[in-house]
Amino acid sequence: MLTQRAKQVDRRPMTGLESIYLWNILKGMMITLSHLFKKKATIQYPEQKRTFSKVFRGLQVLNRDAEGRENCTACGLCAVACPAEAITMEAAERLSGEEHLYREEKYAVKYEINMLRCIFCGFCEDACPKDAIYLSQTFAPANYGRKGFIYKKEDLLIPHPIEQPEAYKKALGEKVVKADG
Amino acid sequence: MYLLALDWWLILEKCLLVAVVVALSFFIAMYTTYAERKVAAWLQDRRGPNRAGPFGIFQPLADGGKLFFKEEIIPLASSRFLFILGPSMAMLTALLTSAVIPWSTPMHLFGRNISMQIADINIGILYVFGVVSLGVYGILVGGWASNNKFSLLAAIRGASQMISYELAMGLALIAVLMMTGSLQMSVIVQNQVQHGWHIIYQPLGFVIFFVCALAECNRTPFDMAECENELNFGYHQEYSSMKLGFYLFAEYINMFISSAVMVTLFFGAYDIPFVNEASWGLNANWLAIIGFIVFLAKTFFFLFVFIWIRWTIPRFRYDQLMNLGWKKLIPLALANMIVTAVVMLLLKK
Ligand code: SF4
Ligand code: SF4
Repeated sequence: MLTQRAKQVDRRPMTGLESIYLWNILKGMMITLSHLFKKKATIQYPEQKRTFSKVFRGLQVLNRDAEGRENCTACGLCAVACPAEAITMEAAERLSGEEHLYREEKYAVKYEINMLRCIFCGFCEDACPKDAIYLSQTFAPANYGRKGFIYKKEDLLIPHPIEQPEAYKKALGEKVVKADG
Repeated sequence: MYLLALDWWLILEKCLLVAVVVALSFFIAMYTTYAERKVAAWLQDRRGPNRAGPFGIFQPLADGGKLFFKEEIIPLASSRFLFILGPSMAMLTALLTSAVIPWSTPMHLFGRNISMQIADINIGILYVFGVVSLGVYGILVGGWASNNKFSLLAAIRGASQMISYELAMGLALIAVLMMTGSLQMSVIVQNQVQHGWHIIYQPLGFVIFFVCALAECNRTPFDMAECENELNFGYHQEYSSMKLGFYLFAEYINMFISSAVMVTLFFGAYDIPFVNEASWGLNANWLAIIGFIVFLAKTFFFLFVFIWIRWTIPRFRYDQLMNLGWKKLIPLALANMIVTAVVMLLLKK
């Protein structure tokens, strides 16, 4: 026996009464009938939403610091760590005058995550040295085409903390994010 | 209005009745599909369709609409005429049985006694059996015309299953016929109104009849002809669009009609138990309406049981099915018949 729960199967041949099945079928029907009155397990999705735990790994968010600058420095560690190879990026150098946009001297001009590939393992979050990416408590909504599942940088970036403080708070969720990476 | 020595009113009246019964069968079959999905959901702790209209009551319309708009495919290798004939026959035979069912007591309208039965022929039960046996052609023709091995296998299975279970069904019924001494539906009902329902005298006969009815309707656990896992959809595998819809729909009409037949034969049709409706002093029309409602209520109960069984037990294996039919049900039905005969003889003497 591999587990404690294994049950010995009764292999005796059926008796005459059992071979008409009726009695056992009736017993089965009583079981299903009792389910008629049980609580329904359904969550009516668009109206009701399941509450996720605090450690739920959902849609990725690209983080900004307290001044609203993008944290990501396009080091590519997340893409290397990603087991599903879902992340693509292109790096660029920060020019003078862009210091209020990007925190580091190098930043990602293009940053894409293919949500059809992503397995929401959270390795990208673990790999990031700049605390630039984390997994939120929402998931990617349904879409009609594959293109819609490739999330661009604009889709991933968190709202600006100073210009849109409410949206920023909402996007941050209950996740505890350190202010500085 | 007697022309050519024909009572034209009678013909008009019957035509109307036929139209009403057919429309009603369609309507009820439509909502049985809805009930099926709802009950299935409830038995599995789900909610079932609830988006189309309040409580999802427009779901059958949406389903029907979807089937109409699906692409219609007639396989090149199929025999075109038979391919179309198959679902048509399934539907036709499903509807035909309703002709002998006594829906209620006669109505009295416009100075005429209008019977609520389309045809009260004196071989009512034989008619039902005849038409039910024709029902197998819908499956057989469809499966064969598809020119697909799986469809053909399923059709053969369906045919042999139906033939096997028809035997037990007939034998179970003979006991009832011995008690009434008539094949006429109205006489059978009258007998029950006077002496109590047949279910009291023939419980075993009813159980056998019910099991066979499940098999005749191709319902789980006897849906051998369309088992998804080994014959991937069975006889209607090549069908699409509304032809498929016809097959599926015919199954629900069959369910409705066979529930109605069961109610007529064993549960006193429109009779309300323990009371004498005639002593209420209502006029005939009201009684007819009440009787009809009672009839429908009983029928709906059996429809529910059909659905309930489907969502409880898995399909039988083919050999189990045949064993059950030939080795268990037929001997039981024969024993039931003989016991009934002996008891009747003893009581009469
Ligand atoms: S969550 Fe995992 S799979 Fe998804 S992008 Fe991050 S590392 Fe890749
Ligand atoms: S998200 Fe983090 S790990 Fe990925 S490239 Fe940006 S800084 Fe590097």
